[in-house]
Amino acid sequence: MIDSGNTGFVLICAALVFFMTPGLALFYGGLVRRKNVVNTMMSSVFLIGLSMLLWVLFGYSLSFSGNIGGVIGNLDWFAFNGVGMEPGPYSDSIPNLAFAAFQMMFAMITPALITGATAGRMKFKAQVIFMILWSFLVYYPMAHMVWGQDGFLGTGGLHSVDFAGGNVVHISSGVSALVLCMILGKREGYQKQSYRTHNIPMVAFGACVLLFGWFGFNAGSALAADGLAAHAFMTTAVCAGTAIISWMVVETIHSGKPTLIGASTGMVAGLVGITPGAGFIPIWAAIIVGIIVSPICYFMISVVKKKLGYDDALDAFGCHGVGGIVGGLATGLFALSSINGAAEWDGLITGGGETHLFVAQILSILVTIGVAVVGTLICTFITKLITPLRVTKREEQIGLDMSEHNESAYPSFNGLD
Amino acid sequence: MIKIEAIVREDKFEDVKQALQNINVHGITVYQVMGCGTQKGYVEYVRGQKVDINMLPKIKFEIVVSTEEWEAKTIKAIQEAAYTGAPGDGKVFSYDLKSALRIRTKETGDKAIQPGE
Repeated sequence: MIDSGNTGFVLICAALVFFMTPGLALFYGGLVRRKNVVNTMMSSVFLIGLSMLLWVLFGYSLSFSGNIGGVIGNLDWFAFNGVGMEPGPYSDSIPNLAFAAFQMMFAMITPALITGATAGRMKFKAQVIFMILWSFLVYYPMAHMVWGQDGFLGTGGLHSVDFAGGNVVHISSGVSALVLCMILGKREGYQKQSYRTHNIPMVAFGACVLLFGWFGFNAGSALAADGLAAHAFMTTAVCAGTAIISWMVVETIHSGKPTLIGASTGMVAGLVGITPGAGFIPIWAAIIVGIIVSPICYFMISVVKKKLGYDDALDAFGCHGVGGIVGGLATGLFALSSINGAAEWDGLITGGGETHLFVAQILSILVTIGVAVVGTLICTFITKLITPLRVTKREEQIGLDMSEHNESAYPSFNGLD
Repeated sequence: MIKIEAIVREDKFEDVKQALQNINVHGITVYQVMGCGTQKGYVEYVRGQKVDINMLPKIKFEIVVSTEEWEAKTIKAIQEAAYTGAPGDGKVFSYDLKSALRIRTKETGDKAIQPGE
C-alpha cells in the first residue's frame, strides 16, 4: 500500500542526496589549484551523467534485483524492466521507482568521492574508464552485499548493519582512493611546493551543501517519514556539529589557530562518521562519535599521510576511508536494537559486553576494504591497457583545465599558480 | 650592476624559480603579466562558439646581479629552465643599472644586492 507521505519524503531526500554531488564539486573544486578547478569539478559533474545512465541500465538491477551468492544481484531489472509505480521488495509503502531514484544518487556521489585523491594528475579519459569499471566491480557488489536481498554482509550472512552507507559509500570509496593515488604517484613537486587552495569560501560553502544533502542521505535511509527518519536527522546534525568543534580544538592545539578549511573538513568527517550509525545509535552516542572522529582523521591527514608519503590530494581516504571505519566501529559499540530492529544485537557498550554486532562490524569493514583494494587493482589494470592513467609532466605543469578540457576556470583573471 | 628581466611561460614558473635557486640567485621579483608575440594567442571554444584569445598570461622575473659573470650564469639558467622549443617560450632582457639601496641598512651599490645577514 503506497503511502503518500513516505513517497514524498523519499523523493525529496533523493533530490537532497543528488545535491551532495554538486556540493562535493564545490568542496573539491575550491581545494585545488587554480589551474585544475575545471578538471576537478568536471570529475564530479560527468559522474552525474554517467552514474544515472549506468544505474538505469544495469546498476539498480545488479545491486537490488534478486541475489546471486549474496554478492551481486541479477539482470532481471535491466533498463528498469519491471521497475515501476508499485512497491518493490525493499519497502511496501513507496514505489519501487522512488527507492531506485534514492539509491541512484548514492551510486553517483560514491565514485565522485574517489576523485579527491586523484586531483591534479589523472588523465580524464582514464578517469571515465576507471569509473565505469569501478561501478560494476566495486559499487554494485558492495550495495548488494550490504543492502540487497540476502546480501552477504547484511541479512544474508554476517548481519552487520550500515544505515546509510559507511561501508558501501565511504569505506569503499576512501580505500579505493588510497589505492588509486598510490598507483598514480605523487603530483609534481609534492611536499616541495605548496599547493595553494584556490578558493576557501567555495570549500566552506561546498561543505555546507554536503551537510544539507546529508540530511536526505541519512534521514531518507529510513525509507519512511517516521520517527526513525527524525532520529537519523538529529544524530546527523549533532555529530557534524560536534565534529566541527572537535576539529577546531585539535587544530588549535596542534598548529595554533583554527581555520575555515579545518572547520569544513571536520564537518565532513563528522558526517562520514555518523553515516553507518545514524539510524542505530542513540543521540548521546552521536556526540561521542563527533568528538572522536575529527582527531582521528586529523591525525591520519597531518601525521600518517606525511610519514607514509602517499599523495591523497584532497584527503578522500583521510576523511571518507578513515571516518567510515570509525563510524562502522562506533555503530558496533553504541547500536541499540530498540532504536532500529534491523540491528539484531545491541552494541558492545550499549549491550553491556554483547560482542556479536561489534565482531560483525569489524568483519564487514575488512570485507569492504578487501573488495575495494582488489576491485581497484583490477580496474586500474584494465584502464592501463586502454590509456595511460596519468597526464604528462608538461600537461600537469600547464594544468589539467587547459590540457584536458581546453577550458580555463577564470579566463579573464590571471595569476600565479 | 646588471638588471635581468625574463618573460616566461606560466607553467615554467616553478622550473625557473628552482633553476635560479640552484645557482644561488635568491633575490627575485615576480610579476603576472599579459603579452603577445610570435605565439599569436589561441582559439578557445565556449559552448561551441569560437573565441580568439590574443593576449596571453606570462610570468615576468626581475633579477639584479653584480657582475657580467653572474649575468651570463643567470641568463643561461633561465634559458634552460624555460625552454620548450615551441613559440611562446619568452624573452630575456638585460641592461646596466644605475643604483641600488637596501632600505633596512642604507647600504648602496653591490652591497645592497648581496645576501644580507
